[in-house]
Amino acid sequence: MRKSLPFLLMVAMLTTLGTASAEVKTTIGYLEKHVPPPPVLSNLDPIPEDDGLAGAKVGLADNATTGRFLKQTYDLTVQVSDTTDAFLNAARDMLQHTPYIVVNAPMDDLLKLADMPEAKDALLFNIGSADNRLRDDACRANLLHTLPSRSMLTDALAQFSVKKKWIVWVLLTGAHPGDLAYALSLESSARKFGIRILAKKIWEFDADMRRNAAQEVPLFTQNFGDHHLVVIADEPGDFGRYVAYNTWLPRPVAGTEGLVPSAWDRTVEQWGAAQLQSRFSEASDRDMRPKDFAAWAAVRAIGVAVTRTNTSDMNIVRDYLFSEKFELAGFKGRPLTFRSWNGQLRQPIPITHPRALVAMAPMEGFLHERNEMDSLGIDQPESKCTAFER
Amino acid sequence: MRTSLLLAAAISALTLWSASADEIWVSNEKDDTVSVIDIETMEVTLTIEVGERPRGITFAIDHSVLYVCASDSDTVQVIDPDTGKILNELPSGEDPEQFVLHPDNRHLYIANEDDAITTVVDTETRKVVAQIDVGIEPEGMAVSPDGKIAITTSETTNMAHWIDTSTQQLFANTLVDQRPRHAEFTHDGSELWVSSEIGGTITIFDVATQSEKAKLTFEIQGVHQDRVQPVGFEMTRDGKYVFVALGPSNHVAVVDQKTFEVFDYILVGRRVWHMAFNGDESLLFTTNGVSGDVTVIDVEELAAVKSIKVGRFPWGAAYRPTN
Repeated sequence: MRKSLPFLLMVAMLTTLGTASAEVKTTIGYLEKHVPPPPVLSNLDPIPEDDGLAGAKVGLADNATTGRFLKQTYDLTVQVSDTTDAFLNAARDMLQHTPYIVVNAPMDDLLKLADMPEAKDALLFNIGSADNRLRDDACRANLLHTLPSRSMLTDALAQFSVKKKWIVWVLLTGAHPGDLAYALSLESSARKFGIRILAKKIWEFDADMRRNAAQEVPLFTQNFGDHHLVVIADEPGDFGRYVAYNTWLPRPVAGTEGLVPSAWDRTVEQWGAAQLQSRFSEASDRDMRPKDFAAWAAVRAIGVAVTRTNTSDMNIVRDYLFSEKFELAGFKGRPLTFRSWNGQLRQPIPITHPRALVAMAPMEGFLHERNEMDSLGIDQPESKCTAFER
Repeated sequence: MRTSLLLAAAISALTLWSASADEIWVSNEKDDTVSVIDIETMEVTLTIEVGERPRGITFAIDHSVLYVCASDSDTVQVIDPDTGKILNELPSGEDPEQFVLHPDNRHLYIANEDDAITTVVDTETRKVVAQIDVGIEPEGMAVSPDGKIAITTSETTNMAHWIDTSTQQLFANTLVDQRPRHAEFTHDGSELWVSSEIGGTITIFDVATQSEKAKLTFEIQGVHQDRVQPVGFEMTRDGKYVFVALGPSNHVAVVDQKTFEVFDYILVGRRVWHMAFNGDESLLFTTNGVSGDVTVIDVEELAAVKSIKVGRFPWGAAYRPTN
């Protein structure tokens, strides 16, 4: 049985060559495990229902336009589930039709999917979880990541901080698991780039900050020693918005609030990004968000590989994505490529405030022997990921 | 009294202006203006207000009118270069970014960046003659010297689209590296060159077969490869040089048009974008988006000789003889 496989492959390749002008059809799945956002103090800024999906749709339209000139067609099949069982069933169903699935799900569900026998020959693109472990000891060979890891984000902020000589931080963190993971990542970035964290405090108030931030926050931040920057780990956006301008000392605020490192922000307009932004907002009636960008990048990466190899064969596409030839023009000023050791998409990280782009990491001067972008996130020597070794 | 004073001022301005030497006109993307540089004094002598986000800029073949893509005003403006007045506006399709004038001096081929369309406009009747579906974010525009082929390159689709100008239909689509930005035919029409900003290359096509003939790469010591991003470029008429703007590397590469050898890099302003020669091609003027200036290159010496402050984010440049 095993022996016949290479032979079958050869026949398949010959068939592809023999019918070079035949249509190449690529189906891409979009699979979401919907997680209701935790309650937060402010009713401003609800998370859009189609966060992520809207980016995949724009990516598909981009692929389709390119495909039109090459007899290549693309379609997107979408499944959103509320429970893990429904999510895995939907995945099983989808995997019968396509190996390419863009997944918007928490880490646990994502790993269950990646470890299903049916997913062995799939190529999954993580757009939903920034967890560092997925790029480290919990990595999987069939799982690529177009969403940056938390460590890429916090490294970006640390580099910017060092550049500004803001080398003493105090850390405010919420109590959600994501907050704690983000805080850990901030601490590790601080160590990596020589930043001192003077104090760390967990925000445990359950009062409604809209009414009393002005009273609570100054006292809460009073006993910190002198510092340059207040960093906040509050992923759901609960208390963080009430910290700026209410601190005891007049200090800037960064992290998940204030000056924010992210995969994407509406303020990115250089490098041709204005066109992607306007294409997105026209199609989706809102601003493009980090998960939208990750989904767009995943769908486009598949599109670029299919365009260049003229096949939708998963093995050929996967090899191409990891080859020197692959690069994605991702509107961030540098070509985006995949890290061969953990499947993470290398990418510059915009550092923004609500009204403008402040910097684009990697910051100038942070060198790397391979690629400056590898100064962000878990680098090959530290990585405990072995799934990609051949 | 007041009228005559104004009139006198206008006349003196006009006299001063027409008595001056040849000019380079530069579109300033974030100022909604066009700067006019006097080539002799190398100073900006005039700034004209135009539509929103001016980018593509070119003169009619006889230099009687100037065309400017006012991208965010969704129009191409026709400007009298003697008075700086906007004569009329052409229906350009949405978000015109770059265009090229057909050798018939009548038809403009316009890239509509937001619409994945190339629009062909008759400048005499001011009517749209054709709209051609092309790839996403069309930008680079070129037309062959014999006028038979027009080219649109699309930034996200990563192709050069070949348009037969007699039928206004696509007859070929050729892949290039990521983010093509600019296209030019050689003066003899035998080759088409296409720059790819993110790919970092220039692809050279044989026009007769539309097949790839060569690919150029660039390397500047001390500058990371990712920042070496070829965008605008111009070829000398004598067939000797091609000057290639390399974006955020802040350099212009000099390429041998015949051997394809990249043999020199000239340091210019920040994020160099497009360029234009003067009449005898002894000088080259590059627009530097981030530093907001124009670098003047001496073509014989292959050296930058001066930088001239213009408006915010200078984008395109065009030459106008005045004698």
